[in-house]
Amino acid sequence: MKQTKCRIEMKCQKCDKKATMHITDLVGSKPVELHLCAEHAQEYLAQTENGMSPVGGNMASALAAQMAQQMAFSKVSDEFSKSDQETCPVCGLTFFEFRANSRLGCPEDYQTFRKQLTPLLMNIHGECRHTGKRPSCFGEEDARKLTALIGYRREMSEAIETESYEKAGMLRDKIRKLESEAGIE
Amino acid sequence: MTVEELVQSRREWLRNDGPDSEIVVSSRIRLARNAAAFPFIAKLSDDEKKRVIELLRKAVRKTTFGQNCSLFFMDELGGLERKLLVECHLISRELAEGEGPRCAMISPNGHFSLMFIEEDHLRMQCIKSGFCLQEVWREMNDLDTQIEKNLVYAWNQELGYLTACPTNVGTGMRVSVMLHLPALALTRQFNKVHNSLQKISLIVRGLYGEGSHAWGDFYQISNQVTLGLSEEEILSQVHDVVRAVIGYEKKARDFLLEENREKLEAGLEECLKSIRAAKTISAQETLKCLSAIRLGINLGLLSDISLDVVNQLMLQIQPAYLQWIYGGVESSLDASEFRAQYLRKYLLGIWNED
Repeated sequence: MKQTKCRIEMKCQKCDKKATMHITDLVGSKPVELHLCAEHAQEYLAQTENGMSPVGGNMASALAAQMAQQMAFSKVSDEFSKSDQETCPVCGLTFFEFRANSRLGCPEDYQTFRKQLTPLLMNIHGECRHTGKRPSCFGEEDARKLTALIGYRREMSEAIETESYEKAGMLRDKIRKLESEAGIE
Repeated sequence: MTVEELVQSRREWLRNDGPDSEIVVSSRIRLARNAAAFPFIAKLSDDEKKRVIELLRKAVRKTTFGQNCSLFFMDELGGLERKLLVECHLISRELAEGEGPRCAMISPNGHFSLMFIEEDHLRMQCIKSGFCLQEVWREMNDLDTQIEKNLVYAWNQELGYLTACPTNVGTGMRVSVMLHLPALALTRQFNKVHNSLQKISLIVRGLYGEGSHAWGDFYQISNQVTLGLSEEEILSQVHDVVRAVIGYEKKARDFLLEENREKLEAGLEECLKSIRAAKTISAQETLKCLSAIRLGINLGLLSDISLDVVNQLMLQIQPAYLQWIYGGVESSLDASEFRAQYLRKYLLGIWNED
């Protein structure tokens, strides 16, 4: 297991450049800290990736490794932390939460984090456009309309918390209407 | 149907009557889907989980599948029952060990199982004996299309079916074929096959799925890519590769039979002897023996055991099944003793030596 963290002001252990990537790797059972510039981090991660055994390799750890690698390629620490704080307006997930758990919070996240996810999808799938099955009974618009409900419900509970009851009431009516149209109980 | 009845019934995919079943144990397809109106699992409250379950139940009940399947709420099952369902490949470990409201709908013959509130709102699988991906896909796709009439999935034109993890987005489809490749292993050719599979983005895993070992030379080959290829393209990619691997395994079996028949027979005899004599036996050792027996049957070296018995035993030597058969944990025997006892009784029964 590798852990990749960002800190500031340290020299790369392999050259004179600033170390932007700080990697904790397990060698045997001992954790070893490495401080590397982007180039050497890339080289190091590529090396350890190739050494990984694929039988029994699981998707989530492969994804985490790919994310770490991707960050090493393209991010310096400032950009990195800015991107971490980006939040989905619909479900409230931050990009940091996604990086930590490899799980998205709602369908809208694919739009919210599009910039960060596109290179990741290219890494995993080699493509970023669906060419397979299309639902026969509903379209993208129907799905989007329903996904908006996730945001309305969140807004409503926030309104209740801040005692904005008029707003909460309006949202409740809107939610009920949409849900009953969609047959959601 | 209760869990015990499900476990006792001979699941059809174990029958070993499908195409190429001397090498291919089973063909399986799973689809990942989410309801558009609710957050993915990471942001779903327990109340919302219940609402999603109701929504999915309603949608599935209206399908031809939904009318005669059994519904199991994980919270209402005991730990042993949940483990049994995992060992029988009817639900995932993640569903069994998860928290909060979650359930599974399973068809009586075990072909279909649908999991609600797993990594995605809905994970459904169809599994059949032998090498029959097209047939499995036809049935899986048909059920998916029926559900779609009653439920709006999270979907968009650009990325297809939207899933909690980007590794499944697009088709949401994972195609897995379980193969028994003892001859490739014995002739030390499996690594070559393995390396070439990796180059074309196919995943190779052991018998019990993610993170497991390839005990007994059982391997699962599945697709990694779910986006950018259509379902048919993914199917044909896996199909072509598996077809080629079957060819290599057959050649290796012919070679073994011609060049090493005596060695094979001696090895098989050794395995049978050790089952007869063992007081304790590990799962790994058992799978090694079952693998040798399976190969022996396929090469005509052994005629009094059938392949479906071996398939059945592969599931029954696992800890929860043994615990269930031998009545719980309150015993001085450990799993390896139960296992040895069970195997001996089962196989000696077949050989009329009991």
